[in-house]
Amino acid sequence: MIGQGISRTDGPIKVTGRAAYSAERQDAGPTLHGYILGAGIGKGRVARIDIAAAEAAPGVRLVWTHENAPEQGPAEGIEGDMMDRTRPELAGDRINYYGMPIAFVVAESFEEARAAAGLITVEYELEAGAFALGGFGPDLNWRRPSRAGDIDQAMREGPVTVEETYSTPYHFSQPMELHACIADWRDGHLHLYLTAQMVNQLTTGLGKTLRLDPSAISIDSAYVGGGFGSKIVLHCEAVLASLATMALGQPVKLMLTRRQIFTLVGHRPASISRVRLAATPDGQLTALGHDALIQVRTDDAWDEGVSSVGKALYASPNRLTRQAHQALDVQPGEPVRGPGELPGLMVLESTMDELAEKLGIDPVELRLRNDTQIDPDKRLPLSGRRLADCLREGAEQFGWRDRPTRPASRRDGRWLVGYGVASSMRGHYQTSAEVMVRIEPDGWVIVRSDMTDIGTGTYTIVAQVVAEALGVPISQIKVELAHTKHPKGNGAGGSWGAANTTVAADRAAAALRARIAVVAGTGYNDIFAEVRRHFPDGIEETGKTLDNKDDPNYRTHAQYTYGASFAEVGVDIDTGEVRLRRMLGVFAAGRILNAKTARSQLIGGMIWGVSAALQEAGALDPRHGHWVNGDFAEYLIPTHADIPAIDAIMLEDFDDKANHLGVKGIGELGAGGTGGSVANAVYNATGVRVRDFPITLAKLLPGLPG
Amino acid sequence: MKPFSYERVTSPGEAVEAAAAQPGARFIAGGTNLLDLMKLGIEAPAHLIDVNRLGLDMIEPMAEGGLRIGALVRNADLAADRRVRRDYAVLARALVSGASGQLRNKATTAGNLMQRTRCPYFYNTDMPCNKRRPGSGCAAIGGLTHNLAVLGVSDACIATHPSDMCVALRALDATVETVGAGGRTRSIPIAAFHRLPGDRPDIETALEPGELITAVTLPAPLGGVQLYRKVRERASYAFANLTVALVAREGQIVRLAFGGLAAKPWRVEAAEEGAEADLAADLALAGATPTEDNAYKLPLARRTLKATLAQATEVRS
Repeated sequence: MIGQGISRTDGPIKVTGRAAYSAERQDAGPTLHGYILGAGIGKGRVARIDIAAAEAAPGVRLVWTHENAPEQGPAEGIEGDMMDRTRPELAGDRINYYGMPIAFVVAESFEEARAAAGLITVEYELEAGAFALGGFGPDLNWRRPSRAGDIDQAMREGPVTVEETYSTPYHFSQPMELHACIADWRDGHLHLYLTAQMVNQLTTGLGKTLRLDPSAISIDSAYVGGGFGSKIVLHCEAVLASLATMALGQPVKLMLTRRQIFTLVGHRPASISRVRLAATPDGQLTALGHDALIQVRTDDAWDEGVSSVGKALYASPNRLTRQAHQALDVQPGEPVRGPGELPGLMVLESTMDELAEKLGIDPVELRLRNDTQIDPDKRLPLSGRRLADCLREGAEQFGWRDRPTRPASRRDGRWLVGYGVASSMRGHYQTSAEVMVRIEPDGWVIVRSDMTDIGTGTYTIVAQVVAEALGVPISQIKVELAHTKHPKGNGAGGSWGAANTTVAADRAAAALRARIAVVAGTGYNDIFAEVRRHFPDGIEETGKTLDNKDDPNYRTHAQYTYGASFAEVGVDIDTGEVRLRRMLGVFAAGRILNAKTARSQLIGGMIWGVSAALQEAGALDPRHGHWVNGDFAEYLIPTHADIPAIDAIMLEDFDDKANHLGVKGIGELGAGGTGGSVANAVYNATGVRVRDFPITLAKLLPGLPG
Repeated sequence: MKPFSYERVTSPGEAVEAAAAQPGARFIAGGTNLLDLMKLGIEAPAHLIDVNRLGLDMIEPMAEGGLRIGALVRNADLAADRRVRRDYAVLARALVSGASGQLRNKATTAGNLMQRTRCPYFYNTDMPCNKRRPGSGCAAIGGLTHNLAVLGVSDACIATHPSDMCVALRALDATVETVGAGGRTRSIPIAAFHRLPGDRPDIETALEPGELITAVTLPAPLGGVQLYRKVRERASYAFANLTVALVAREGQIVRLAFGGLAAKPWRVEAAEEGAEADLAADLALAGATPTEDNAYKLPLARRTLKATLAQATEVRS
């Protein structure tokens, strides 16, 4: 059962529209509707705000600004866990970023609420904001340093060196399902139907903000239409909908608009990287350096680990990775699809391609020569280190030997054709989680966990693992997820959800088998018959995983997942338009739980990489601090027509140092260095190296032949 | 969205009467542009007149050998019409390169003519915009102008026209037929239909208030090789960085219009008279005032014209 590419158990109810997403939930009955008015400036204060016309508008039940909003827990400093912080809304006249909520309207319909918000007049006191990421200044406060040897000396000694500066833009998670909350305050208890990747984690910060005990808050996120990191932390929709239902005593629905989730939900910070590589003539790295400058906010330092990806990718005796911050007046950054490694690997793997060319060594071969079995940073054995297998298998399957060895040397009509390769690597994390498995005498197995299914297939893989563990058909397993009342895990995020949840579920199932064996032996045919006989009220057990730091395997080994990406692109010689022609990813990510959902996730991740290399960029106006391209017409992500032949191969694998099931996370691995393989293919096609992502036609055009 | 009233009319006469009775009313057909603008608060008409039931959905041959396209013919139907594909291929090609299949099923010929700019500063109601609020200023000037106009701009506006269809219509010398107050009909050459911004960028077309488009006519077929090349960052569903509508015969330019460069389809007739591609580009792009962000459009236009002309030479008509 484990590993089989069965279709999603929740597929039929999703494609027939019967799976209710948060904003569609009917549980609370008819709701009022909220609408947020966002600040129209990037920095300053609200000098005057007039809500009289909005309050008098049809259907309006409530209009709040900083002058009359309920008191909330005060904003907290940036120390401590970002999950536990308060998030007070409308808590003052300060405007810290464009689009920050300055008023909230609740009305009987969404249209009435939005129309009333349009009647609010605001006078601003404008302040000069900082909206442009500069460059590496002289007095940087370096963070996250990881070092070995003396990189400066190694760069001086060479003999072959590359030192280049790259930049990566802002990205937005932008799941299809907009962020939404239905809040229902009933008998002193707050029920939320919320678009969330983690549920129990949100009650601490929300409780402090609302001044409620976390036990008085329930969150239900049964179906989530994509998260990509943007539904991890607490956002304004949960806070404002909760405050409104508590004030009005009626359920309130607040769904953000597409344009609003470019400002009210965090972004991936822009970054500038300086990468330094040195090697011997035969391609042994002697220096690996990655300095990154990351955009942050002064009061919310989400520190995207762009530089950290180089810590353990290749062996080098001299190494320095570190990063510094520059604070800008935009909304707080947040995890976005492969934080750290997506931009970091795209940059580092592009620089490796520059080194390969300078050395005259095949880029696959250069990577193989610098493979390592020891984590250079943690100085621990790497478990499941199969980067070399991924590179070799991929090169074979892709036909790498046919690559154009000289840039700009292959033509197909008016297309310049190029091949590119890049490595992928992603940390595998284990966190503490509990899952309950219960066998009912009536023939059902119930699995309960607060883990969410954000479209990845959690319901299905959990059922598969429990079906195998108990030897029952998957049709007799009911998986109940994503509610604060269920045993606590760590939700879906950081690619840890699948392993945490299935490992804990398998342990619960094993405990059940052990208890049944005590009274019934192991030779039974029908587990339900034994339960009826010996446990007439049913039987349940809870399985657990430990946090990394408490698990001995994670102290003696460094757990990562690996991949290699191969891309072929065409570049129109006249216009500079870049089109992907085909792409292959080969991955070693432990045991695969479901070949079909895993492939979907990996391919999805690879497409993020294509998007990052060629299309995606949040454009921030340097004068006003607003997102200029805040919709799907202008913020480009690939369409179907942009993604032709693409495939993902999963190597047969089992990482016994990760957990007893041999399972690791795959959610973000697909992205990994994929963007680098596309960028390298563009260089191979054209001989033009664009170091400012994304690689658009305007940047390529000057380098193309007349 | 501001509350609005709505009525449905069944004849062009009724439509213009309804418009005359309600100043500030807007006609709505497919709604693929207007509804979005209303949701975003960019347009706030007090009254909508639904013209979907006027008929006007036929494509008919004209006595002089041209084609008369009803205002309500959907973009998808127009692109699929056998006569359009055969005799006006540049138009069919332009249509299918625009929007998405779903939008083309809904969008109409007249609505496409009335399509408004995608300038991101026009789309943000927190920013001044002389199109949205005449006299408020232009936030695009000095801003991020990657896809804004390089030709025909003014100190008041640098927006581009987003349509693909209109670029082909301009190359084909189409005519826009209208009916106005009191049933007065007009024929407006496509060259005069869209306006450059000047000091009134809010006035985008030659239409009078309440005037209704009833049809677009195409003159007798030109023949030749007809190509439409749309350059864009992704393979589908993207507004153009640049487009070229070209009719060529035996490697010579017969008709040439550019999209993505100005507030209207950009055609310089002098560039068509037997000029080499380079000279044609010189003539067509003369007087351009690019910014650092959009200067790439000029070499792109030249290169794309050359490539499209070369392609037309390879294709035997």
